[in-house]
Amino acid sequence: MIEIAIEKRLGAFSLDARFAAPDSGITALFGRSGAGKTSLVNALAGLIRPDRGRIAVAGVPLFDSERGIDVPPEKRRLGYVFQEGRLFPHYSVRGNLLYGRKRAGDTDGPSFDTIVALLGIADLLERRPADLSGGEKQRVAIGRALLASPRLLLMDEPLASLDATRKAEILPFIERLRDELKLPVFYVSHEMDEIIRLADLLVLVDQGKIAAMGEVEDLTSRLDLWPLTGRYEAGAVIRTTLRGHDTSYGLSELAFPGGRLRVTRLELPLGTPLRVRIRARDVVIATERPTHLSIRNAFAGTIVEIQADRGPQVDLKLDIGTAERPVMLLARITLRAFQELQLAPGKQIFALVKTVSFDRHSFGRHIDNEVC
Amino acid sequence: MLTLSPAEIDALLLSLRVGVVSVAASLPFALACAFLLSRCDFPGKSLIDGVVHLPLVLPPVAVGFGLLILFGRNGMIGSWLYAAFGFTFAFNWKGAALASAVVAFPLSVRAMRLSLDAVDRRLEAAARSLGASRWRVLATITLPLTAPGILTGAILGFARSVGEFGATITFVSNIPGQTRTLPLALYELTQIPGSDAAAWRLAILSVLVALVALIASEFLARRVNRRVKGIP
Repeated sequence: MIEIAIEKRLGAFSLDARFAAPDSGITALFGRSGAGKTSLVNALAGLIRPDRGRIAVAGVPLFDSERGIDVPPEKRRLGYVFQEGRLFPHYSVRGNLLYGRKRAGDTDGPSFDTIVALLGIADLLERRPADLSGGEKQRVAIGRALLASPRLLLMDEPLASLDATRKAEILPFIERLRDELKLPVFYVSHEMDEIIRLADLLVLVDQGKIAAMGEVEDLTSRLDLWPLTGRYEAGAVIRTTLRGHDTSYGLSELAFPGGRLRVTRLELPLGTPLRVRIRARDVVIATERPTHLSIRNAFAGTIVEIQADRGPQVDLKLDIGTAERPVMLLARITLRAFQELQLAPGKQIFALVKTVSFDRHSFGRHIDNEVC
Repeated sequence: MLTLSPAEIDALLLSLRVGVVSVAASLPFALACAFLLSRCDFPGKSLIDGVVHLPLVLPPVAVGFGLLILFGRNGMIGSWLYAAFGFTFAFNWKGAALASAVVAFPLSVRAMRLSLDAVDRRLEAAARSLGASRWRVLATITLPLTAPGILTGAILGFARSVGEFGATITFVSNIPGQTRTLPLALYELTQIPGSDAAAWRLAILSVLVALVALIASEFLARRVNRRVKGIP
């Protein structure tokens, strides 16, 4: 376990965070800029000192104000990948990679060659950081942190300074850290795309406090958390398994308890567990099973919760799963439609989702077993 | 014109020796001082800052007078030094080096401090997170990245030392072969009627020394800067 319970005043801002995360998988810290995510990670790394509290990783206390423990950053064995890379300009790529090797010793942790191969940076070793592209810099930064053989990897918006292409280039490497090196990762981000793709556990940070934590699916489907998870981009995340390809029409089928979702063809093997985000504004509500309609995804469900206090729009939480395994979906419709359809909690409806409303940012792999 | 008289060679060599020794001896102190001013916050910091910069704004003659009071044979520190170690700054080239070092000190400190201020502290934090102790960070990150500033500080200090006049003549007088550096020799010649040609020669020599130092510093600073920034 990674246990954190700390207080810290930073000018007008105060951090008061307490939570415990498992020491496996990717834990995402999500929140707006200035919510305190980076301060939290810096406290964990020992780069800022909390006023009060306790931090422990796998039972080893790193900070404990009552017992007077404050392990210096160099002795915490936490890898840190910063937003801006922070490569040392006067060292070559190789020199940067080997900088933290001293602490690790040569036998501990993954070997130099393993990491270089994993990150695909073998051709860059003799270059200087000034000659690298943004994506290359971040890969070297990740490799440098890994080679210090940390027991936990902290990543503070490592993709924030990169464009979409470069992001897509780095994301698979982060997944491989989780899957191949079994290294627990704390991942700070304010991009829901990245969270859906990577996070196993989601921690919502707001105004220096932990607003909620739980699985991505649970938190994104909570209407009360929408101000934090992003209202315009709001959407539920559901867990599916890739179950079929329809080659003649170029479609793929994703199964979840309660139905099959048709999306444009995904080049992934059958059985791949996938998380899918369905944006609330892409969901259409019907009170009877629609016919003569182009939409191929229609799921029977019930209305679970209604949030109608936000002007002309109404947000609905729907259960489209089975009795044993509920699957929550979010829908955003107009107040007028809401009233004309006479929607109310418990009412049976059909939720319609256009196949083409998914793009590649809507999907993420999760590590759990197949859902159905 | 191209051959120098023995007296001129004496003055030149003495100037160079005074410059090199004053820079070499004051460099560690200047660097420590720059580090203190750049990185540390403590009560009385602005006082220290003021004292360090004092020689920059005081008349050099006043600095020389102060050194005489402190380090002269009968001075507060000078008398103790002589009694304890038989060492004295009075009326020899070491005194000239001390006077030059004191006058040049603020220039060196300023250049180094600016360079230290410019070092990205976030790189130091990154190094700590990779397991480097404070000392290793200092040796492998902070100092290498400050190298251009240290170099600039040293060369500025050297140039200032070679040109030092007021404090030197006040503190250690004008003794041929001991304290008569280029500027002092030049001054003396300007006081003797009919020595214009000789004065010209020394003036040109001074210009040459200064030019070589500046060009060398520019060349080295560019090289070091490129190395540090990782530009091939």
